[in-house]
Amino acid sequence: MTQKKQDAYHEFIKGLWRDNPVFVQVLGMCPMLAVTNSAVNALAMGGATFFVLVTSSFLVSSLKRWIPKQVRISTYIIIIATFVTVTDFTLEALVPGIHKELGAFIPLIVANCMILGRQEAFASRHSVRLAVVDALGMASGFMFALFSLGAVREILGEGALFGFKLFGENFEPWVIMILPPGGFLTLGLLLLFFNWLKERKDNLIQRLDDMEVKAR
Amino acid sequence: MNDVVWIFVSALLINNFVLAYFLGLCPFLGVSQRLDTAFRLGLATIFVMLITALCAWFLNTYILIHAPYLRLISFIVVIASTVQFIEMVIKKLSPPLFKALGIFLPLITTNCAILGLAIFATNKGYDFVEGMSYALGAGLGFTLALVLMAGLREETELAEVPRLIRGTALNLIIAGILSMAFMGFAGLFSTA
Repeated sequence: MTQKKQDAYHEFIKGLWRDNPVFVQVLGMCPMLAVTNSAVNALAMGGATFFVLVTSSFLVSSLKRWIPKQVRISTYIIIIATFVTVTDFTLEALVPGIHKELGAFIPLIVANCMILGRQEAFASRHSVRLAVVDALGMASGFMFALFSLGAVREILGEGALFGFKLFGENFEPWVIMILPPGGFLTLGLLLLFFNWLKERKDNLIQRLDDMEVKAR
Repeated sequence: MNDVVWIFVSALLINNFVLAYFLGLCPFLGVSQRLDTAFRLGLATIFVMLITALCAWFLNTYILIHAPYLRLISFIVVIASTVQFIEMVIKKLSPPLFKALGIFLPLITTNCAILGLAIFATNKGYDFVEGMSYALGAGLGFTLALVLMAGLREETELAEVPRLIRGTALNLIIAGILSMAFMGFAGLFSTA
């Protein structure tokens, strides 16, 4: 791989895993817990956020030369709000059922701090190509997080995934999981799991370092 | 009249913005380490929410009937600039009040709870009085949740908690249990 390609690959993977916006940075939680009571809703929300993040990163990074420093945040917000309005009307026209279920949470994508954060921290100071790759990575990471949350909640709360029943007749659904408390609890436990993974990795690295020192 | 009270109680307890709609989670998790800060943030939020409801009602009744597709953009711009303006007025007129609320005002303005309030109130078609009572209920509900959370977090500082769970994971699980407790309020008006 050439250096350029490697950079792009690195930016992409960063968003998807190492700096995952939800599990590692804990950003953008408001719209995310409310709509993850089923895997389908989670994916729709993830898709909408994906579109908004990638398009606004593209626009911000291509316009960055002309945006005055003093009003940059308001400019980003207006750009994001424009794309959210587009998404809102598109979803209403294409999939009215899902649009109704997500309801007011689509306009609320504007207030997702993750999107504004990417514009300020990355898109406004990198080339268009890198900004789009970074947005793709972050958005995929966000979508992955939404999907895992939605899938866990739907499986435990309804015993189903995408509406297909997974367990037999005797399964008693944990209704609490699709209600609001389930969102908090599931995300808390997922964060715990990720902390554990990270801790295990750090320990492993530590042990390898110790071994190296001893070998010397 | 009854409707106004019902809207207020519903926004305060049953459909609490933080614990049932997940709005305003960033300050809920970010600024709830200490009780007094949490309380002042809550007061500032009530204040901004009342202004928001006023702006949203004004925009909806007089301007947005001509251009509904501009709703989202105009809400954000108008609310943010009004709050900014009022912040300057307070700074000039009442320095103690500015000291109590000041630093939080710009922080709250772009919070999803504020925008959520404007959008929910529009979707439900509230008139002016209903909108204001909704804003007051939502603001007080937010403050209540924030203060409860801060109190619980101050306790966990002293408790022996495994290192791995400390931080956001623990706070989310506490929030989950709080949210479960608030679900009990859903039965409050079922007989009425």
